[in-house]
Amino acid sequence: MSDGGAMRDQDEQLFDADWLEGVRRDMVRFARLQLRDETLAEDVVQEALAAAFDKAREFAGRSAMKTWIFAILKNKIVDQIRVQTRTTNVSALSAAEETMDQTFESLFKENAHWSPAGRPSDWGDPAEALRQQRFWDVFDACLKHLPENTARVFMMREFLEFETPEVCEQLSITTSNCNVILHRARNGLRRCLEKNWFALGEQPC
Amino acid sequence: MLSCKDATRMMSEAQDRPLTVGERVNLELHLAMCKGCRNFKQQMSFLREACRRYLNRDGKPD
Repeated sequence: MSDGGAMRDQDEQLFDADWLEGVRRDMVRFARLQLRDETLAEDVVQEALAAAFDKAREFAGRSAMKTWIFAILKNKIVDQIRVQTRTTNVSALSAAEETMDQTFESLFKENAHWSPAGRPSDWGDPAEALRQQRFWDVFDACLKHLPENTARVFMMREFLEFETPEVCEQLSITTSNCNVILHRARNGLRRCLEKNWFALGEQPC
Repeated sequence: MLSCKDATRMMSEAQDRPLTVGERVNLELHLAMCKGCRNFKQQMSFLREACRRYLNRDGKPD
């Protein structure tokens, strides 16, 4: 195929309305989860898409294009988080976070070993869940359920893929505080998934 | 002897930094005896995997 042909194909791919709408929907969901602000989420998605259109011709195929669009989106989200956290004390505990810590403590006996009811269960082959749309709906709901600051630290670490020292630096919190928050987030998510997915035996046939 | 509570903190931190040799030995000794914590460890790996796959999930978009 000549270069001209390849370029035309890319344009057709990029401007395929269905594909683009699907990507946009993923972007908005992702931005909303991180920013927890509808308007801001729409704004960063628009900016990222506008930047992507400018460079559309440089990409060979949708997969590379999508990866790149999300890289732009992640940068824009991080900028926004920096602005938001200038006015927030990320390490301050909300009532929701205190409740999470109490729930965590309640999983253990006096000697700090698991109580029978609190012991984490065997999730079998959890990778199977990743292939099911309904699992992702539960996962989204569990992420949304995390308190705002807890979610922000967790998502910077796991979705924006910052190293932990960078997360602490960006949000001006200490490493030990960062560790406490990440532990709280992971335990909360794991409990939520256990309760709303794995304990229900929602396994494929 | 490591408690389960401390073991969960160590397993969470293991997602963020390499554990020291001492920490690893302590944790492995604990895991060898504790099914609940082995399950917790598996769940931590699963969370990491799910987050990595979040943007490229195989399921159909809604």
